[in-house]
Amino acid sequence: MTSPIATAAASPPAPPDYDDAIVKKFVIATVLWGAVGMLVGVILALQLAWWPANLDLPYTTFGRLRPLHTNAVIFAFTGNFIFAGVYYSLQRLLKTRLFNDTLSTIHFWGWQAIIVSAAVTLPLGMTQSKEYAELIWPIDLAIAVIWVVFAINFFGTIAIRKVKHLYVAIWFYMSMVLTIAVLHIVNNLALPATLTRSYPIYAGMTDALVQWWYGHNAVGFLLTTPILGLMYYFLPKSVGRPVYSYRLSIVHFWALVFIYIWAGPHHLLYSGLPDWAQTVGMVFSLALLAPSWGGMLNGLLTLRGAWDKLRTDPIVKFWAVAVSFYGMSTFEGPMMSIRVVNSLSHYTDWTIGHVHSGALGWVGMAAFAMLYYLVPRLWNRKLHSVSLASTHFWLATIGIVLYVVSMWASGITQGLMWRAFDADGQLQYASFMDTVLQLMPFYWIRLAGGTMYLTGLLIMAFNLIKTAKGDTPLVAATTPVAAPAK
Amino acid sequence: MTQPNDTHTEHWHRRLLEGKSALMAVLTTVAISIGGLVEIIPMYSLAAGPQAIAEVSPYTPLELAGRDVYIREGCYNCHSQMVRPFRSETMRYGPWTRAGEYAYDRPFQLGSRRIGPDLQRLGGKYPDAWHYEHMRDPRSTSPGSIMPTYGWLLTDSYDVADVTASVQAMQTLGVPYRDDEVAQVAESLSKQADGIVASLKGQGIETTPDREIVAMIAYLQRLGVDGKAAVAAAEAK
Repeated sequence: MTSPIATAAASPPAPPDYDDAIVKKFVIATVLWGAVGMLVGVILALQLAWWPANLDLPYTTFGRLRPLHTNAVIFAFTGNFIFAGVYYSLQRLLKTRLFNDTLSTIHFWGWQAIIVSAAVTLPLGMTQSKEYAELIWPIDLAIAVIWVVFAINFFGTIAIRKVKHLYVAIWFYMSMVLTIAVLHIVNNLALPATLTRSYPIYAGMTDALVQWWYGHNAVGFLLTTPILGLMYYFLPKSVGRPVYSYRLSIVHFWALVFIYIWAGPHHLLYSGLPDWAQTVGMVFSLALLAPSWGGMLNGLLTLRGAWDKLRTDPIVKFWAVAVSFYGMSTFEGPMMSIRVVNSLSHYTDWTIGHVHSGALGWVGMAAFAMLYYLVPRLWNRKLHSVSLASTHFWLATIGIVLYVVSMWASGITQGLMWRAFDADGQLQYASFMDTVLQLMPFYWIRLAGGTMYLTGLLIMAFNLIKTAKGDTPLVAATTPVAAPAK
Repeated sequence: MTQPNDTHTEHWHRRLLEGKSALMAVLTTVAISIGGLVEIIPMYSLAAGPQAIAEVSPYTPLELAGRDVYIREGCYNCHSQMVRPFRSETMRYGPWTRAGEYAYDRPFQLGSRRIGPDLQRLGGKYPDAWHYEHMRDPRSTSPGSIMPTYGWLLTDSYDVADVTASVQAMQTLGVPYRDDEVAQVAESLSKQADGIVASLKGQGIETTPDREIVAMIAYLQRLGVDGKAAVAAAEAK
């Protein structure tokens, strides 16, 4: 049967009525906030290796900067990346301009204002202390409003579409728009005590469960499903081949959105959470491997027959590594949710390594692939330098490996030291400090890996700016890559 | 896209769903709602039932003020408050944590990474002066520590009106503060703070009751105390 992507891949060059100006804005914001968010990450890595980097100032301590790093990378870098990709692909998949230009503009500037307000309030110590939901209640309200603006624009565009069929990428986008709204509202229900402080309507263990239901699914529906949607659009476009399996995309979509939401309690294993809830969380986390790998295989197998491009085309390189890291981290995650593994990994750097193999390996590399695809097309200029893009690719890839491997080593080392007993049955490392000092070499290696990754991103920024300001139009490459006829 | 010549082979999913955005949206919402509802709603019957612990009582206003400082500084980024039921953890920290101990924790502070040690059973472990010195310069009490210094806690003051607003909000949320307790937050603050200032003075440290460090010490010395009392009471039976 005809794969739906055959149509998408064969779509004509952008007619002039698509709103690409808004896409450009989100692209620029992605690169800018990516640099900021990752720079803060590098500073945090330095602070752990060398504490004086906390600078003895309230605003620059690890405890205040770490939320800035996570929020910047998740909502500023990834958020803008998703909005750019969704707005670009949605118009082309539905053959229509975005629903409303004013809404697009409000969405863009509103989101940037939220990011700036986060960057101001978090160093000031204004926080709800729920991970990835630290922002104080007035900003939460603003996020809800801007998200609704985005949702209206999204569903409005679907309503005025010129094509009846909704391509698989759009199902994934839709799951993000709906789920993030539900998660954000439920997790942030709180009673304000002052303008900058509020207390959640949930107490203790319930608050923890709601938070990790949110936290895990923020990963699921902001760092996974929309990126999968973007993969389903941009990866086939990049290699000029249809998606490997349409049936697989159906099965793994529904399985993923249904199963993901159950997995939150794996963050609370061995806590006071009822045992049945812990077990349900673990079982669904294990089940999550199947739909996750369904997506990975569909992506990797779409590259079949285009492996030669892996040597020459930076976009394809980035996609191949992104999808591979998606497969790696979605294998590691279920494994870490097994109680006995979690008893070792929990509270250690293994978790930090895990999220970074997802964030740097999957989300970051996918973002770079999309940016190298989009910038030449949006500005109609040839990519300034393929070799610089290649340099970026290797810096990023080696950087991730250094990061992840050092955190595995650090996490397993510390986890084993915490549980080591001597011959008399006493704690072998009764001083917690011994288990911290042991990690310092790993922290320096992590800093090196993170610095390489950030350097790669800055090289990309330079390359993309030179591209946009260049004067060689992208004549040849704007001809759509035709999918092989079936 | 649907070609005229392939309609007879069209997949049911494509035929029934992929042209209907509203139906797709509804089905997706149903799919993502079930897990959360099944897991979260039962917590409401548990919180008031078997998980309740008689020995656990609400934080005092000063402890609440200290807890807000703890949250502001993002201590949860490096310290957990959850002792797991392993011998290696109970030997290191003390009794493992029961859910009911968190009854008045809004927001919860379980943490996700132990860059420093767990703090669930910190209360009573060190004298007040230790905490004062540790916040001023962590390496003075814990050689090798990678914790930042928190000198500003020694000089900055908490705001009584802010603490009152916090206590009122907690009462509204169902924390069992009596109305007279809410009316006398200022008195409660100064009474408990004077005690800590006196204890610090006895250990050679001069400070005033309005300082954030005093509230922070009050909170840190309260951590896990009720839970330990509950475990002791259960063992005595």
